Amino acid sequence: MKTKIKKNKKPKVIVMSGYGLNCEEETKFAFEWAGAKINIVADIVHINDLIASPEMLSEYDILAFPGGFSYGDDTGSGKAYANKFKNHLAKELAEFLSRDTLAIGICNGFQIMTNLGILPGALTHNKNGKYIDRWVDLKVEGNPRQGWARSPWLTGMKKLSVPIAHGEGRYVISPKEYKNLQKNKQIAFKYEKGEICKFQNLEKNPNGADYDIAGVLAYNGRVMGLMPHPERAMFSHQSPLWQNKKIKSTVSKEGPGLQIFKNAVNYFKK
Amino acid sequence: MISRIYVMPKGMDSRAEMLSKSWRSLGIGGKLKGITLIDSYIIDSQLSKKDLHKIGEALTNQAIEKFSVNIIPETDKYSFALEIGYLPGVTDNVGHTAKETISDLLHLEGDKNLAVYTSRVFLFSGSISKKDAEVFAGSLYNPLIERAYVGSAQEIKKQNGLPMVVPQVVLPVKKDVIKVPLGVSDDELEKIGNLGIVDDTGLRRGPLALDLLSMKAIKDFFYKAGRDPSDIELEALAQTWSEHCKHTIFANPIADIKSGLYKTYIKGATNLIRDRMGSKDFCVSVFSDNAGGIVFDNEFLITHKVETHNSPSALDPYGGAITGIVGVNRDTVGFGLGAKPVANAYGFCFAYPDDTRALFKDKELKQKMLPPSRIIDGVIKGINAGGNCSGIPTLSGFTRYDERFRGKPLVFAGTVGIIPRKINGKLSHEKKAMPGDYIVMAGGRVGADGIHGATFSSVVMDSASPATAVQIGDPITQKKMSDAIVKEARGMDLYNSITDNGAGGISCSVAEMARECGGAEVDLEKVPLKYPGMRPWEIWISESQERMTLSVPREKWKVFQKLMESRGVEATVIGEFTDSGKCIVNYNGKKIMDLPLEFLHNGLPQKHLEITPIVRSYPEPKASKENRAKILEEMIANPNLSGFAFISEQYDHEVQASSVLKPLSGSGRINTDAQVFKPVLTSKKGAVVSTGIYPSYSDISTYHMAASAIDTAVRNAIVAGGSLSHLAILDNFCWCSSNDKTRLAELVDAIKACYEYAVGYGTPFISGKDSMFNDFKGYDEKGKPVAISIPPTLLISAIGVIKDINKTVSPEFKNGGDVIYLLGDTYDELGASEYFKLLAKKEKSNNIGSNVPKVEWKKNLKTYQALENAIQRELVASAISVSSGGLAVALSKASIGGMLGCKVSVANIPGLTSSDDAKLFSESQGRIIVSVTPQNVNQFEKIMMPIPRAVLGKVSKDEKVVITGVKGKKIIQTDVKKLYKAYHSFSEKMK
Repeated sequence: MKTKIKKNKKPKVIVMSGYGLNCEEETKFAFEWAGAKINIVADIVHINDLIASPEMLSEYDILAFPGGFSYGDDTGSGKAYANKFKNHLAKELAEFLSRDTLAIGICNGFQIMTNLGILPGALTHNKNGKYIDRWVDLKVEGNPRQGWARSPWLTGMKKLSVPIAHGEGRYVISPKEYKNLQKNKQIAFKYEKGEICKFQNLEKNPNGADYDIAGVLAYNGRVMGLMPHPERAMFSHQSPLWQNKKIKSTVSKEGPGLQIFKNAVNYFKK
Repeated sequence: MISRIYVMPKGMDSRAEMLSKSWRSLGIGGKLKGITLIDSYIIDSQLSKKDLHKIGEALTNQAIEKFSVNIIPETDKYSFALEIGYLPGVTDNVGHTAKETISDLLHLEGDKNLAVYTSRVFLFSGSISKKDAEVFAGSLYNPLIERAYVGSAQEIKKQNGLPMVVPQVVLPVKKDVIKVPLGVSDDELEKIGNLGIVDDTGLRRGPLALDLLSMKAIKDFFYKAGRDPSDIELEALAQTWSEHCKHTIFANPIADIKSGLYKTYIKGATNLIRDRMGSKDFCVSVFSDNAGGIVFDNEFLITHKVETHNSPSALDPYGGAITGIVGVNRDTVGFGLGAKPVANAYGFCFAYPDDTRALFKDKELKQKMLPPSRIIDGVIKGINAGGNCSGIPTLSGFTRYDERFRGKPLVFAGTVGIIPRKINGKLSHEKKAMPGDYIVMAGGRVGADGIHGATFSSVVMDSASPATAVQIGDPITQKKMSDAIVKEARGMDLYNSITDNGAGGISCSVAEMARECGGAEVDLEKVPLKYPGMRPWEIWISESQERMTLSVPREKWKVFQKLMESRGVEATVIGEFTDSGKCIVNYNGKKIMDLPLEFLHNGLPQKHLEITPIVRSYPEPKASKENRAKILEEMIANPNLSGFAFISEQYDHEVQASSVLKPLSGSGRINTDAQVFKPVLTSKKGAVVSTGIYPSYSDISTYHMAASAIDTAVRNAIVAGGSLSHLAILDNFCWCSSNDKTRLAELVDAIKACYEYAVGYGTPFISGKDSMFNDFKGYDEKGKPVAISIPPTLLISAIGVIKDINKTVSPEFKNGGDVIYLLGDTYDELGASEYFKLLAKKEKSNNIGSNVPKVEWKKNLKTYQALENAIQRELVASAISVSSGGLAVALSKASIGGMLGCKVSVANIPGLTSSDDAKLFSESQGRIIVSVTPQNVNQFEKIMMPIPRAVLGKVSKDEKVVITGVKGKKIIQTDVKKLYKAYHSFSEKMK
């Protein structure tokens, strides 16, 4: 990825839906808000419609697997949806990833991507065995001074606070594979004790994830999966801290999560 | 051919660790070393070894799991194995998904040659006995819906693996339709009504819940028609006429109220309020549809509906609760042309989890009732699965505990929806099936689950309560259907009308829609079934979940069908709407039901209900000499007042990216009394939801119980930023022994209060529901008869529109130095308060006092208007409603929320109180604690001039909570960390 092709175009976004995925509308909203200046349109596409015309995928630049509960997590989170995708769209997915495209999987979307085999590791039941909805603090991994190309998804980001909501979010990876991830700069986010954890007296790692990993990368950082929901932190009023900060500013503004979507849109500007 | 695939985790399994923990907490003997949890898939199909291996791979995430075919993995490492699987016919959601995965993987056409049944296998290692394993099994499975097998490693080895049980439904062959002669004695008529029709096997089918009067009306009708009714006709009438569907107690004349309670007081209040509002009337669709609808803004309507699912939750807590929540979601999808669910609400009234008394439904002590701890656990999980899987934020909730919820818990489930006011140029809340339209059933299939649900919930629970009344929801089937309808078919204008299949199944939904056009004719053999062998009457009244009924114009059917197919939703034409004035049902070409709509809907004879007024009073408990700080800590640790973060945080309340004021707020994560969300992401407007409920007050006065519930729901909404000019309410009556004239008198009292206070506050009722027989009749361990009835309970839910979500106020203190105000008068109103209940419990008496709070709406209205004004001017840093537990508890919560202390004096609070205890713990309504930043104090004071109020003191930066009483003495000294610990202690224990 040394030489960047001059793109300067309006990217087309496809947000997958169907079979119990349920965050497609707010994910679409986040992309469209992030790309409002250039009137980006994100299409919500049902998996069956994509299976019916698989060539459609070649028209898109950004692929998003949003959060949700595909197949109710039955047989294991993300597994059944990934199986269906693999059975019908393996070739098209490979073609999509071979182009200079971006892909993101959020929560259930991340689980789907690991089951598809396009992201390393696996996600399993939280350490307390229960579904949990709370906010977490994330540290963006990697050090730009060391001179490696960071993920386009993470441009300019160091840390952010966002919510999680999942039952199977414990990231599992073997020590050997972890070393590889480190070496290849494939870790996107780690849970850390930051502003929110201190404010609400919460432990940093909500689900027992190995090495505190919350999100990972592949394909030179073009493909990212993360358990937390950046689209649920796109407005400042969504933060648990808002009521405290509100006293100073009474207008809800952009939240920290929106940057991820902006980064994706900007990737195609340069 | 039957094969089995086992999938087991490779590394650490948190679920297994939690199970080991619960084994130990049960105090089971033996030395348990560990538990391995294996998912088992029994597959009934002709498959090659290679195919089975492929399936195994598809069902396994290789990074963390492994699989084996037909052989239990690690056979020699365990001492006992437990397998828990479903009984025949019980919804197996994982089985459905596995089946879909396998069909797709192997390109199997249709589903005739493949069946998948799942079960969970637990391998126990260590030196334990079979008895130990059996005790543990007993704590895990519910014999009403599941089977369990326990075997030792040797036994299993000997029989070559776990027994292969295929829970296929095999129904005995019975006559399709039987005639039920009604030319019988009154005695027999009564028996048919109470115990059911005699089947061709000689057994009774289960209660029709029709009294003699109704049975006689039916007998007369068929006498005049010159024929005997068929079983399906009688069953259909029982469904449509059930208390659950027709709300007879609310509709019938009662005492001197000729038009009945509903028309006179509930609808009466709404009509009067709407008249008074004139052009500012925000009601759009009230009482006529599956949910109530009000204006949100120029573009959208917002809807709300709250249901109860009490009886099913007592038998199968998980299934009962999940069915409750997905059921009320369907009420939203069934509003107008289909609203989109945007928020869920729940409310639980449980017995205390440490109540371990054994109760049985039958005298033989064979049918044991589940203990409260199991009910609590199951109900919470049911709402979890239903809400989380459906992608609907579960925002609002409350919990109450009372030992009288031991027989039947109360499980409230509500859903808020949003719908454009106009769709394809037509008003979205209006719908009309047209003669000639196809009757289309969409979603799940019909099985024997949920037969007699409507009639079951209309009677006392005892040993005759049918197991088939229990269902398990399948949220994904529903999600697929709901999305396909609301997000696609609705905008494509593919149907004229829609309603959900809830109580009574298609018998009620079709008969209901038939009223829109004047008739319906159904061919029952077209209804897709889960398994063969069901009889017509069963198909007609089954309450199998996840189904909607739509009227689809013939010319649009093909497009509709194609859309549904492409979304994985089954949709079937089962008949046609007509204008014949009749509801006709055919089965394989033979007419088996032919009832005029007029008789079906209006044939139910009116009954004049009588009442016997009753006055209840109790002595007061002795004043406590204990340290008040200790008492306060004890109070906020009581589950009725404590936090329930363990529930709030396992429900996704942020999906749809709409949350503004969340279920948990502030640094100390206190539970909020109202929640605010933004259902339209592009709008500044928000919706506020809140509730009010005081079951204990009913011991003294149901009138004041109802008044307090309304006052609290309204107050909670205003405190968060809601507006009195755009606030509506919903009623859910959960009563007991409604055949008892004194209970009916109490009902009349409560409803009179509903009228008075709704009209007073100008908050119209837009929807309501009732559940009138929350009684249990059974036996204790010694076989002695036990009867438990709930305290009469009214839940009031409020929904309002907030102009600007940026003005939302949260309940926790914000800054040291802020001035703390108390608005509203305090009186010696400790009757049935949390404080008196605690003292009565300590002295082992029932001395709960008699001075229950009395609501003065005229005065409160002014307070609420003033507060609304102050909030709109952004003068309020925090506001919290004073309700159960009184001033001391509200102050504690505001402190815990902000993790800030406070120095206050209650010496000069307005009103009339005779003791420090009354000042601290009285539950007088209409009060709010507000904190105001010093620079806003002047402006705030100006607005509050006419309002009874007191400056209590200041928020302090340190963590000390100090309350001074009348004589200038410090009556409570504690610190916020201690209070925090007490407040969260119950939740921590329940985690």
